[in-house]
Amino acid sequence: MTGFVDLNDIRLAYGPGGDGTLALDGLTMAVRRGEFAAVVGPSGCGKSTLMKLATGLIRPQAGTVEVAGKEVDGPVSVAGMAFQNPSMLPWRTTLKNVMLPLEIVQPHRRQLKRDYESYVARAEELLEIVGLKGFGDKFPWELSGGMQQRANLCRALIHDPALLMLDEPFGALDAFTREELWQVMRDLHAEKGFTVILVTHDLREAVFLADRVFVMSARPGRIIVDQEIAFARPRPIDLTYEAQFNDIVHELRGHIAEARAAA
Amino acid sequence: MTNEGWIKAAPWLWTIGLFVVWEAAVEMFDIAVFILPAPTDIWAAIVKYWPVIWKDSLQTLFTTTLGFLLAVVGGLALGLAIGWSRAVYAGLYPLMVGFNSIPKVAVVPILVIWFGIGTVPAVLTAFLIAFFPIVVNVATGLATIEPEMEDVLRALGAKKMDIMLKVGIPRSMPYFFGSLKVAITLAFVGSVISETVAANAGIGHMMLAAQSQFNVPLVWAGLVALAVLGIVMYAMMAWLEMRMTGWAHRSGRQ
Repeated sequence: MTGFVDLNDIRLAYGPGGDGTLALDGLTMAVRRGEFAAVVGPSGCGKSTLMKLATGLIRPQAGTVEVAGKEVDGPVSVAGMAFQNPSMLPWRTTLKNVMLPLEIVQPHRRQLKRDYESYVARAEELLEIVGLKGFGDKFPWELSGGMQQRANLCRALIHDPALLMLDEPFGALDAFTREELWQVMRDLHAEKGFTVILVTHDLREAVFLADRVFVMSARPGRIIVDQEIAFARPRPIDLTYEAQFNDIVHELRGHIAEARAAA
Repeated sequence: MTNEGWIKAAPWLWTIGLFVVWEAAVEMFDIAVFILPAPTDIWAAIVKYWPVIWKDSLQTLFTTTLGFLLAVVGGLALGLAIGWSRAVYAGLYPLMVGFNSIPKVAVVPILVIWFGIGTVPAVLTAFLIAFFPIVVNVATGLATIEPEMEDVLRALGAKKMDIMLKVGIPRSMPYFFGSLKVAITLAFVGSVISETVAANAGIGHMMLAAQSQFNVPLVWAGLVALAVLGIVMYAMMAWLEMRMTGWAHRSGRQ
């Protein structure tokens, strides 16, 4: 299999020497360039471990991880990450928080001082896209949870990553804010064309956003279902109330219920 | 008066109240001056011995400040080292706990053997006692970086140094400035202990001399001077803390 992100027959165990809890075993998945992939599964199935594997934060005991055709042997800076916890730095303004990756990733790190104005413009443009225009000079604790999560998305995207890794980024938000951010995410993906891997508990979120949904088994995790979601884009939010949509959600739910029962 | 006004006035009212009750109690139970002098007696002693009290206060202030500054430099350095590396942490932690368990008054005789009676043991005792809370707080600030934040930065290719500079050190600053309040009062305790045991100047020494002459009001005047100095130094550190890390005290500002 070849794709933009390739995980091939992964085995990963935690604990000293890798003989502790087996988190993933025989996991294989491939995500194409520009594709929006969602990973769902019973809790504790190793979804978050998957994120760390694909970004090179941890190495598997067996199997290979390839991103953009290269074997991953350390952190891959082509990735941007956002977690459920926005983890904004409270001593920085929202704008400075968003610009943090630019102080780390090359070549931006080198150019940041010289091209500061244009980088600020870029950050402000992103803030505007997610609906935070004019909030750049506010501190994170002056923003609501939903606004912080929007800023978190901006931070994950500021260095134009080819791969965006999202770990339940909308999990802690109220239903309305969540739907709003789904649409923000949908539009960002349509505009920038990056590859996304979204780990989520929310099946409706997965089906609404993703081109492909992977269902994981209970621990030790592997992929048991790999389903294309064929709805035409751009998808209106009303799609989520249509019968076809709910059929797919229902079907996925069935797979997860089975996976839970098998555990 | 409004509720706000009462809260503002409360520290003064309570302090004055304490002295009034004290004065009344001494009067009512007819307590002898060498057991417990009344606030008015202490005030009289402060006025009478003002030049001595002033001179010794400056000496104590000097040893405390110097010891405190050494503790800040040393504590910050060691705290950063410990928070940086788990190996350094594991190695130094038991040593630090053991060292901190030693009552510092027991160290003064050794300091006197090394440096003689006077200013140096007082400065060093202040340093030794104030050092620990700074180390622990700075190290805690570094050690409690959110793992998600670390993952986000590491995935971007950040080195340990980047994570420390961008996240670790700024986030340990509130812990550091918070610890300064504790450290300055401890440094003060250290100085006075050393002055009481082995010095020929400073408030501690003055009180010891007054005690041997049964000048009880002057002993108490020394205590008052210590309390006032303590409050002033604490307030200075609290102010500094607010100035430097206002972002960490947001609830008070909104």
